[in-house]
Amino acid sequence: MSDSPQTSGTVPALAIEDLQLAYTVRGVPRGVLRGVTFHVEPGEAYGLVGESGCGKSTTAYAAMRYMPSNAVIQGGRVLADGQDVTAMSTQELQEFRMTKASMVYQDPVQAMNPALRIGVQVAECFRILGQSKIEAKDSARQALRRVKIADPERVLDRYPHELSGGMLQRVVIAMALAGDPKLLVLDEPTTGLDATVEAEVLDLVRDLRSETHAAILLIAHNLGVIRTMCDRVGVMYAGRVVEEGTVQEVFDNPSHPYTMGLLNSIPRHGVRKTDRSLFTIPGNLPLIGTDLPTCVYVDRCPLADDICRNEVPPIVDRSDGHWTRCHHADKIDQIKPPEHENNDFDIGTDTIVKLAAVSKTFRQRGNDVPALVSIDLGFKEGETLGLVGESGSGKSTLAKTLLGIHEPDQGGSIHLDGRLVKDKATDRRVESIRAFQMVFQNADSALNRMWTVRRILHRSVTKLAGIHGAEADKKVNDLAEAMRLSQRHLEMKPRQLSGGLKQRVAIARAFAGDPRIVVCDEPTSALDVSVQAAILNLLANLQNDERTSYLFITHDIGVVRYLSDRIAVMYLGRIMELGTTDQIFAGPNHPYTEALLSAVPSIDGDARPRIPLTGEIPSPANPPSGCVFHTRCHRVIMGLCDITDPDTIELADGHTSKCHLTAEQLSVPVTFTSATV
Amino acid sequence: MRRYLLKRLGAIIITLWMLATIVFMLVNVLPGDVGRRVLGPTAKLEDVRAYNAKLGTDKPLIEQYFRSIKNLFTFDFGDSFQSGGPVMDLILPSLGRSAKLALLAFIITIPISIAAGIFAARRQDKLADRVVVNAGLASSSVPEFVTASVLLAVFAVNWKVGKVYANVPSGTSLFGQLEYLLLPAMAMVISYFGYIARMTRAGVITALHADYTRTATLKGLDSGQVMRKHVLRNALAPTITVISVQIGYLFGGIIGVEKVFNYAGLGTLMLNAVGKKDIPVLQTTVLIVGMIYMVSTLLADLLIAFLNPRVRLDGGS
Repeated sequence: MSDSPQTSGTVPALAIEDLQLAYTVRGVPRGVLRGVTFHVEPGEAYGLVGESGCGKSTTAYAAMRYMPSNAVIQGGRVLADGQDVTAMSTQELQEFRMTKASMVYQDPVQAMNPALRIGVQVAECFRILGQSKIEAKDSARQALRRVKIADPERVLDRYPHELSGGMLQRVVIAMALAGDPKLLVLDEPTTGLDATVEAEVLDLVRDLRSETHAAILLIAHNLGVIRTMCDRVGVMYAGRVVEEGTVQEVFDNPSHPYTMGLLNSIPRHGVRKTDRSLFTIPGNLPLIGTDLPTCVYVDRCPLADDICRNEVPPIVDRSDGHWTRCHHADKIDQIKPPEHENNDFDIGTDTIVKLAAVSKTFRQRGNDVPALVSIDLGFKEGETLGLVGESGSGKSTLAKTLLGIHEPDQGGSIHLDGRLVKDKATDRRVESIRAFQMVFQNADSALNRMWTVRRILHRSVTKLAGIHGAEADKKVNDLAEAMRLSQRHLEMKPRQLSGGLKQRVAIARAFAGDPRIVVCDEPTSALDVSVQAAILNLLANLQNDERTSYLFITHDIGVVRYLSDRIAVMYLGRIMELGTTDQIFAGPNHPYTEALLSAVPSIDGDARPRIPLTGEIPSPANPPSGCVFHTRCHRVIMGLCDITDPDTIELADGHTSKCHLTAEQLSVPVTFTSATV
Repeated sequence: MRRYLLKRLGAIIITLWMLATIVFMLVNVLPGDVGRRVLGPTAKLEDVRAYNAKLGTDKPLIEQYFRSIKNLFTFDFGDSFQSGGPVMDLILPSLGRSAKLALLAFIITIPISIAAGIFAARRQDKLADRVVVNAGLASSSVPEFVTASVLLAVFAVNWKVGKVYANVPSGTSLFGQLEYLLLPAMAMVISYFGYIARMTRAGVITALHADYTRTATLKGLDSGQVMRKHVLRNALAPTITVISVQIGYLFGGIIGVEKVFNYAGLGTLMLNAVGKKDIPVLQTTVLIVGMIYMVSTLLADLLIAFLNPRVRLDGGS
């Protein structure tokens, strides 16, 4: 990335000056933005990071002057190319959104009108610029070509539900570029997309940026995305920018305790659970509307003292263009990551849960859809097996089959402690049911919202552990304590709890019956990084104490690396590669794993070539011939891979790969001319 | 698509058969025999027996049942027990009159209530919205025959606006017919306005808060364009479902209104048939109302599938 352009003399593409914004709730204005100031130069990419509730999206929408009806701007200005956005007439505002600034949204599926064809929606952007119907249609086609959609004609004719999320995001970007905007606001543009798709969308934005010279305001909670995309970054907390600078400066040399906390909560630099616990940020974000004539971070800061509690910190310059709002910027080095904790996670020698030749075929409209194809897996006591792969690769089907929610096809079997367990959960004995438990991604919908936490846990304890009365009450209290839930939390209902606390309740529920193996399906992907860190620590500690095994499903490579002992990589219902975490990250890898790992945007700024995964994942109903991955493989050998399905071979001891290529062949680097970070 | 239609039509036929069965059972649960009802309490026993024999109502119930179902499927709806003439000769003119009244009510209700719903949605939680919502709630909580009676008393009797008897003399001009039909139609309009308006409002509010509406606004469209091109198309699909169901209710509610205004429609015919135990007439009228209900629902589903590309009628792609 180039350095930020020289600022003198130019009018910023976007300048937000001391913006104070409140939401009126029951007649009382409650402050959300407490004086936000930053600017984005023409052609510059500026990132805003922070956890949910910090006001970054509110700021992004304020830049477009799109606010809920109860929002009031209490002070400050929003200047786009020198024009005050807050003072524009309705007409001027429309003009501004048509030609000067546009936006790309988090969820492209929801952002497109489900009732209109893509062509109509894209052409509309050109119609309002005054083009005729025919011109607009033609422009729409060109717009799609511009965002590298290979077959615009086909896409124009489709409805949104017929396209993938990645494709729709390209369409949304095409619409955003219709008026040749000077400012592009991207609000979490890749959240919810697969890493491989995310990488493609980010590549596209990068290419378009150099082509259009539009200024970019990028909102993301994923620090890796910000690092690879932006020139400068602002770190937001509780409605204020607390640190700003170039991405290199801020990420490599953080100068605000919050930035440090954020960066340290993320499992990075290859840290593993055996190395140390993750850094967490204790406490909660201040409530919106709280008056804060102090440092906004004071309640959670390890360096806080009286001055922090009484005075708004001044801007302290760290280096050219890098500043922090902290009274103790010079003492920042006193914040240390957690000490080395030598948790010896000893993994048992016996295989407690074993899947042998487990397949699952769904019937869909008279067709067989193989979702799992002959899966062999074993779990040792106290072992975590990480499961990665794009959406649609069969990860969740595998989890559900293990739990007995899906019945495997004839011929496959699941063993617990060497004994065969019944296929269907409803046929299983209570000991088997309590042995297999699950923690879901969305704790909100997994917990009964009408019940108190105590009642939820009590029921699990009586159902799973089979204990009653005073003994059950004691067990509930013990569980709560192990999850760091207080007595106060036990009397609350799920909706009164934060996301992290809800996930703790869900974990407590799973552990009520002393499970042997817990399936964790993306348990932290909806959580902020500091909360994620606390949950990962909790899972690691529980495993250490209870010697439970985990099947850990995630799309976050850093998380899987931190927690897993072994990793399995799935594609189209098959395990393509299986090995210890060290083996997977050291390579050589199956080409699919290689592409998957290269797609992850790095927080650490280390440039590395990305292996593009072209095209979308094929339909399991109609898998490609030979090796199922050959249609997207960068090491494909035509004449072999498209004809013969490869066997699973051993690359090293305990490291297997379902590929024709040997370890030596896979170690040869591939070079790509395009797309380098 | 064809498979879907065949399936739906099959379902309609089965439902109609069940409906016919239920009507048959209910009618035969009522005390008294047909001959006695028609000929009156003073008729001789022999005459009553002879009459029953002529109609077949002296046969065992199971036999009567099979005969009535058989006739139904051969489109032989039989003769009225009461008049002796074919049932269809009685029903068709009544159906025509009811349809005329229902159509008028429909034409007035739909635009008014949809407009009110949109109006309220755009002013969500403001005074105008509250007025529409509460007025709608109040108006739809009152049964049609009460509204009809009030309208009759206030307008037709007190202010001499509109007619007490809604039966249109033959030869009245189309515009002149309004004088007769407007009051009963308004009784129905008042009853259905609230529900449709509130459903429209809910649909529009959901669409207004949808992400695609935000996209449209941030494209730079003005609020009118956003409303027409993006909000309404998505908002009206649930409204159409409601309206189609209302068509069925409309034909149910019309019975009371017709009675109040002494209008010789299908409802009046049905009520009389109940009183006289005129099974063929009753059965056929009930089936016709059922048929209208089901066909309108089917049409609504087809319309929704047309408006919403995500709905796949045949379950295949």
